[in-house]
Amino acid sequence: MTFSLLIAQLINGLQTGSVYALVALGYSMVYGIIKLLNFAHGDIIMVGAYMVYYAIASFALPPVVAIILAIGVSTLLGVTVEKVAYTPLRSAPRLSLLITAIGVSFLLENGAQLVFGADQKSMDPLITGSVMFGRVNVSYTAIVTIVVSLIIMILLWFVVNKTKAGKAMRAVSEDMGAAQLMGISLNRTISMTFAIGSALAGIGSVLYLAAYTQASPTMGSMLGIKAFVAAVLGGIGSIPGAMIGGFTIGVLEALVAAAGFSMWKDAAVFLVLIIVLLFKPTGFLGKKMQEKV
Amino acid sequence: MKKTKLSTPVRYTINTVLTIILWALLTLFVSSSGLKGEYYRGILITIGINIILATSLNVVCGYLGQLPLGHAGFMAVGAYAGAIFMKSTPAATLLRAGNHAAVIPYIIIAVLVSAVVAGIFGLLIGIPALRLKGDYLAIITLGFGEIIRVVLTNIDSVLGFKFTYGASGLARIPKFTSLNVIFVFTVICLFLIHVFMKSRHGRAVLSIRDNEIAAESVGINTTFYKTAAFVFSAMLAGIAGCLYAGYIGSLYPSTFKFMKSIEILVMVVLGGMGSMLGSVISAIVLTALPELLRSFSDYRMVVYSLALVLMMLFRPKGLMGTYDFSMGNTIEKIINRIRGGRRKADTADTGKEVQG
Amino acid sequence: MSNVLKCEHLRVVFGGLAAVSDFNIEVNENEIVGLIGPNGAGKTTVFNLLTGVYTPTSGVITLCEKDLAGMSTVARNHEGIARTFQNIRLFKDMSVLDNVMNSFNTRMHYSIAEALLRLPRYWKEEKAAKKRALDLLKVFNMQDQADEIAGNLPYGSQRRLEIIRALATSPKLLLLDEPAAGMNPAETENLMETIGKIRDSFHIAILLIEHDMSLVMGICEKITVLNFGEVIAQGTPEEIQKNPVVIEAYLGKRRD
Repeated sequence: MTFSLLIAQLINGLQTGSVYALVALGYSMVYGIIKLLNFAHGDIIMVGAYMVYYAIASFALPPVVAIILAIGVSTLLGVTVEKVAYTPLRSAPRLSLLITAIGVSFLLENGAQLVFGADQKSMDPLITGSVMFGRVNVSYTAIVTIVVSLIIMILLWFVVNKTKAGKAMRAVSEDMGAAQLMGISLNRTISMTFAIGSALAGIGSVLYLAAYTQASPTMGSMLGIKAFVAAVLGGIGSIPGAMIGGFTIGVLEALVAAAGFSMWKDAAVFLVLIIVLLFKPTGFLGKKMQEKV
Repeated sequence: MKKTKLSTPVRYTINTVLTIILWALLTLFVSSSGLKGEYYRGILITIGINIILATSLNVVCGYLGQLPLGHAGFMAVGAYAGAIFMKSTPAATLLRAGNHAAVIPYIIIAVLVSAVVAGIFGLLIGIPALRLKGDYLAIITLGFGEIIRVVLTNIDSVLGFKFTYGASGLARIPKFTSLNVIFVFTVICLFLIHVFMKSRHGRAVLSIRDNEIAAESVGINTTFYKTAAFVFSAMLAGIAGCLYAGYIGSLYPSTFKFMKSIEILVMVVLGGMGSMLGSVISAIVLTALPELLRSFSDYRMVVYSLALVLMMLFRPKGLMGTYDFSMGNTIEKIINRIRGGRRKADTADTGKEVQG
Repeated sequence: MSNVLKCEHLRVVFGGLAAVSDFNIEVNENEIVGLIGPNGAGKTTVFNLLTGVYTPTSGVITLCEKDLAGMSTVARNHEGIARTFQNIRLFKDMSVLDNVMNSFNTRMHYSIAEALLRLPRYWKEEKAAKKRALDLLKVFNMQDQADEIAGNLPYGSQRRLEIIRALATSPKLLLLDEPAAGMNPAETENLMETIGKIRDSFHIAILLIEHDMSLVMGICEKITVLNFGEVIAQGTPEEIQKNPVVIEAYLGKRRD
């Protein structure tokens, strides 16, 4: 393998990785605040992708409108799922909540199959063209994807650390009861978290479509699981962790594929997850938790 | 007044007799259904496989209180192990010649091989996975399940010879899973789970579910029992896989996707985690219902997932909660009620006499 | 009289803060020792150190002269330490009888295979265990509730069952973490009787944490007072009641 090919693969990896990172942030934020592995998160991306597809391919709306639509619908869907399925179970055992999330995920997947059809929907690329850096050919899609996700992550970091809403979110994730006593509205803060996470998923769906130009009912499932792996890898609940995790998974996949083992890509991702969970269960940047006796 | 207590031998006899009656009824039902008999036989065999899958997952999910998402992986390992073994035997020729009795030893060995291989995988996965809890255990078992599937798909290219036949599928497996075979093994699996749970080992497993810290404080070796329950559950899933291979005749790795694990989980959750009866009932209903309502098959998974969410929201303990059925106890209750009723009638009579 | 439990210079530090420092105690056979102190003094932390939930930063714990360093909770139970919990931790979906029988696990020997095949040793040991469990329940007047689900018992009975469950592991040392918490005076009275009964009929050492002073002063032979992780007084109930340092710790410094 030539050096320039390796660089090209690395950039590919960073591109996929930044989509993983955006989706991982949604998992991480939700987990941080209500300790729920939100299985339905990946499927929100799927719905977002269908929105972009229909807006552009069926209604010929301008891409900007399609993108706004995708983000809007994703956000609305995320918050609705939270209100309808998760809020009633807030004091239920964690296992019930997890099973509910799995149920919602399957409901979205199978619902989409009924509504949108089981076949893949292909569309024209959103962004075309590429640029040469030395001997490495880099597509504009890759550049846009990486730049957009970096900007969003910086914005998110700012929101979480510097704004009042962000402080409320951190307070709730630290100690729900105490935050409530300090006058923080639990419902609003949790909904806010779901809204931000789902909006990120919406953006992720646009970037995903830009790269793969296909939407299918099950596209969210593997993407979601890998993004979750990224979140765990980076240390669940941590924003920089989700970014590092996402890029790691993306680059790993690209390298495994470049080495000629693209069939083993999924296995490699899970193997890394297993190794990390066993030797550092809190991921790269996660915090340790212990049950009080 | 002394209550009637059925002795253990009496209980065992009752259950054996009822099991034989059930077998006779099912056989009669299939053989008297004429042309549709073959179709019913297929449904009954699928029900049996699903009962084993659901009750085996219930061991870890309901009794141990952990949520593994890779059950289909163990089923796959068992299915491939059993199928590859069966293909190496003269079973196919014997079956074609109609010599069913001669196949029995091969079936028994195949089931044992599947159980052992799935058990070994259960041990290899359980030891690391059970160090984690809750969501982490769920995701790590999901990961292992997916790895098993990827390996089954691609192993031939590494080995350099045809072993699992990858995505193109392992075909021409001797179809040894008859109604009798599935009936016998379903009964055996249910019996094994029952006797495991009604022992010091089963109590230890339940105590870990109820409170792990307290279980440790009374000296329960939690690591051992978690692993034991996990391996036991994997072995039973392996048996289900083996019987599935012998029913369907050809295996594809894509059958054992994450989706399959969730389907089994749905059965356990709807039936009530921790209730063997619940798992059995929901395995029967969720297998038979879609077959009977063929025209709704597009909606099957939607209904499954909706049922799962609604169950969690409105009846989180499932259909049966943790209630478990015992034929002996039920008969005891009936006898006591009848005797109690008679006794009451007696005292009422004597009451009248005194007044008179 | 030989001492059952001995702690020397026990110290544990969490994130730079010493939760317990220089903790020394001796508990002898047939003795009831009280561990008291204001909230957050480190009493439960001591229990967690004794049962191996936490690892001490330094110091030695011996049970009947055997060093417990490096042993897990399970191993310490096998050595003879049993405990109850401040917030009840029963096996709440299991029957009362099963809660108790589960404690015999390590003293039963039939294997998983023997259980699956229902071999003679299974029947023999199960029968014996059931009888022992019922006998134990009878001592505490709970034999009639044997088949009830533990989580459905009234509060007082749940506390009692937790003690029975701990006793069923045949401990040398029994640790009771606030056994009277949440009890009304009548239930507390009943509990005092129970604890006395345990000491008289099981010949074990008891270390108990309690806030109810009538109980502590009524049944403990010796009392250790903790404050901010340090032992501020040790002695008989009479000595403790008069100790000015203890009074100060509980009521605050008198301003003259």
